[in-house]
Amino acid sequence: MIISNIETIPGKTITSHLGMVQGNTVRAKHVGRDFMASLKNIVGGELKGYTELLNDARREASERMISQAEAVGANAVVNVRFSTSSVSAGAAELFVYGTAVVVE
Amino acid sequence: MELDKLVQVGLFVALLLIGYGCGRYNEQRHFRSIKQREQTHAGILCFSFKTAPADFTGRAELVTGSVVISIDYFKKVAAALRGLLGGRISAYESLLERARREALLRMKEEAKAMGAQRIINVKLETAAISKNAHKNVGAVEVIAYGTALRESESLE
Repeated sequence: MIISNIETIPGKTITSHLGMVQGNTVRAKHVGRDFMASLKNIVGGELKGYTELLNDARREASERMISQAEAVGANAVVNVRFSTSSVSAGAAELFVYGTAVVVE
Repeated sequence: MELDKLVQVGLFVALLLIGYGCGRYNEQRHFRSIKQREQTHAGILCFSFKTAPADFTGRAELVTGSVVISIDYFKKVAAALRGLLGGRISAYESLLERARREALLRMKEEAKAMGAQRIINVKLETAAISKNAHKNVGAVEVIAYGTALRESESLE
């Protein structure tokens, strides 16, 4: 599976479009991390717990997108976009979408 | 009653001082490390346009880098005061600059690990985290992503 955020895959030609595929996940922070983060809010700096949490979440969203693309018989996803939104207090939605294609 | 207020004011001042001291130290250390790592990754070029060079025959792969950075207490208070007067809030400017540069660096590190020489169509996205507290910015997340191009000779 080739993933890219440009409209083509360099060196290959797209033979068919299979439509949009997407993957999302909603994650909440847990209390321990939130407590550490509130301490970090005083001294400033990177919130490693959150970085990790969001990375994991993004990976999971990507995996869901990829499995959806595999299900429709694609071998590449082009024009991939990431998007984050906070649904409610303490929870964030990670959303990945792109166009499933067959390349040769 | 008097003592109670004194404790409250004392706590506020203590948080301000801790925030100022630690925040400043953390920021300077972070900027030093960013500058140093930017030099070691200067070989990887980032572009914001979408087309690969016409003679490119290697592999393309998505790379991402993300970071969540929190503001310190002193800057939060300073920014809130600035909000009354209007104008530039330099406290947030440096926060966002740090976050963007760090996210770009992490993306470059990922590209370097897979042996890519350039990244095209680089996009940066910013999201505010922990909006729940007082509608303040508090912490920001920056994601940088793009398509890393790896020449076919370096595949083996």
